[in-house]
Amino acid sequence: MNVRDLWAEALHGVGTRPTRLFLTILGTVLGIGSVVVTVGLAQTAAGQIDKQFDAVTATQVTVEPATSSTGGTERTLAALPWDAEQRVSQIAGVVSAGAVATLDVGTLAVTAVPVNDPSQAAKAPPAVMAASPGLLDAVRAHVVTGRYFDAGHDARADRVVVLGAGAAEKLGVHRVDRQPAVFVGDVAYTVIGIIDGAKRVPALDDAVILPAGTARHDLDAGPPDQLQIHIATGAGQVVARQAPLALDPNNPDAYTVKAPSAGSAVRGNVQADISALFLALGGIALIVGGLGIANVTLLSVMERVGEIGLRRALGASRRAIAGQFVVESVTTGLLGGLMGAAVGVMTVVGVAIARDWTPILDLRVALGSAALGAVVGLVAGAYPAIKAASIEPVAALRGGV
Amino acid sequence: MTVDLFAAAAPLEPAEPAQPDGTQPDDAAPVVELRAVTRRFPGPPVVEALRAVDLRVERGDYLSIVGPSGSGKSTLLNVLGLLDRPTSGEYLLDGRVAGTASEGERARLRAQRIGFVFQSFHLLPQRTVLDNVVLATMYGGVPRARRRARALAALERVGLSHRVGFWPTTLSGGERQRVAVARALVTEPHLLLADEPTGNLDTASSAQVMALFDELHADGVTLAVITHDLAVSARAARRVRIEDGHLEEIA
Ligand SMILES: Nc1ncnc2c1ncn2[C@@H]1O[C@H](COP(=O)(O)OP(=O)(O)O)[C@@H](O)[C@H]1O
Ligand SMILES: [Mg+2]
Repeated sequence: MNVRDLWAEALHGVGTRPTRLFLTILGTVLGIGSVVVTVGLAQTAAGQIDKQFDAVTATQVTVEPATSSTGGTERTLAALPWDAEQRVSQIAGVVSAGAVATLDVGTLAVTAVPVNDPSQAAKAPPAVMAASPGLLDAVRAHVVTGRYFDAGHDARADRVVVLGAGAAEKLGVHRVDRQPAVFVGDVAYTVIGIIDGAKRVPALDDAVILPAGTARHDLDAGPPDQLQIHIATGAGQVVARQAPLALDPNNPDAYTVKAPSAGSAVRGNVQADISALFLALGGIALIVGGLGIANVTLLSVMERVGEIGLRRALGASRRAIAGQFVVESVTTGLLGGLMGAAVGVMTVVGVAIARDWTPILDLRVALGSAALGAVVGLVAGAYPAIKAASIEPVAALRGGV
Repeated sequence: MTVDLFAAAAPLEPAEPAQPDGTQPDDAAPVVELRAVTRRFPGPPVVEALRAVDLRVERGDYLSIVGPSGSGKSTLLNVLGLLDRPTSGEYLLDGRVAGTASEGERARLRAQRIGFVFQSFHLLPQRTVLDNVVLATMYGGVPRARRRARALAALERVGLSHRVGFWPTTLSGGERQRVAVARALVTEPHLLLADEPTGNLDTASSAQVMALFDELHADGVTLAVITHDLAVSARAARRVRIEDGHLEEIA
């Protein structure tokens, strides 16, 4: 009697009583199902949080000059170069980069008309900022109308500006097709576009933004305040390490880098609590399921005493009898596990669809929990199998099949 | 027919270890040899179902065992069939110690050398006739590829080729018992044991089964059949009677 025979006999034993089989595996189905649902929902929720997390923090790196505060005054140790975006663009994981600086224009007025209207003086004027051509993408802002300036404008120091949406509102500029002008002091700059959505650098919303080259030429702009880098998911640590080297190989410590951390401990703790509760419930359901299988297998042994006697008479060893009942209960448990895993996966998908989430479930979890059902069956079948093997054939045969 | 010749050698364990695996049974040895076999049920009350039984069954013998109810016939058959162990005495099967062999060895001997036919058929109701016969080949170590053919041949031998796909519950008593005989024969045992095989059958079905046993005997199968039916026992070449655990030959 080999393993294949054992399976064939066990499948016959399991398959001849389908109604009972269904009732037997119900507990296991529930147990495995709740384990899969728990793990699946935890993974799905984690994925969901990661997604939101990604959008704001997980894919952004900020580089600023390091500061030292000696003697009460804070001063920067190094200056960021304006071509920083080219320098970091070769680093693996960098999607886009852009430098930005806020300019001190002193007493220069920022207006849409050259005439100084005293009635408007009460309003705070928009800030004036300088940016490199890559900044728009680096902070994931978008153009509302017109366009953003490019490297050409920057290199030629063209007198063009882009307005943040808030600044455009303040200055009364809504369209750019008639080439409106904005004055900084008495110098006119042509507005070529309006941008919005720069959440990474909120100040841009309320700013008149000049190409860096223009700002340096006309307003004597200093170095950028910060370099914004949009990175690929998971590249945070690499970019954080390499960006300062790319900016200044001789003095990488001159820059401070803000990069996303590898994970969120708080998030992990909250989920661990929820998961532990549900896993405990699943575990209890599994124990109940296991007891159910043990009970029914024991009942089946008692019902089939005659069959056991016959098999012994035909030459089955005690081990073969025990093996048959163990394989039967393992099969029962495995079936329960498979059904539970299926029910669990469907539940996870259903909940995810209802919440408009992306269902995430490790395939190994689904298969592993199905296998867990088989383990439950194995444990549950051990005692009935020992019982079956210990039945004396003479006594068993007196019963009849 | 006497055991005295061997009784002298008994303490020396004639079950030679020279035959470790039994693939080459000793042709000269009798199929069954019981030496002062006693089976005592510890009770209470203590029952001596077999008392110092000596029995030799040669190859090809057709032995019938008669006796009143409770005299120890089934106990004897269970001992012969290795389902039960003697309390004392020796049992040699094909010349080798079987009464005190290990459980695993006895299971193997049951599978390969002994066929059982029971009064109440003992067919599995959820299996077809063919499957019931194949079951015996599985434990008998017949290679999978040959099991079906062997089972079909055994069913043909008992005249049930037209019933292979039937469920046992749809068969008549006589047909069921013939399925059981086919199952007992399919492993080509050295010894076929039947405990009141016609006990649940009407006269016509009994006659069929007995005719089948006659055929098997003619083919050289060694048979031991328990019966309380004198018409049945009369067909056996050799008869023994058990009374209160004592066995004696009937001339
Ligand atoms: N397991 C047992 N425990 C106690 N007594 C038993 C057992 N099996 C059989 N006996 C007794 O042994 C005697 C012989 O039984 P059995 O061989 O079945 O008789 P038969 O088959 O000839 O009718 C009877 O008295 C019976 O009660
Ligand atoms: Mg009896």
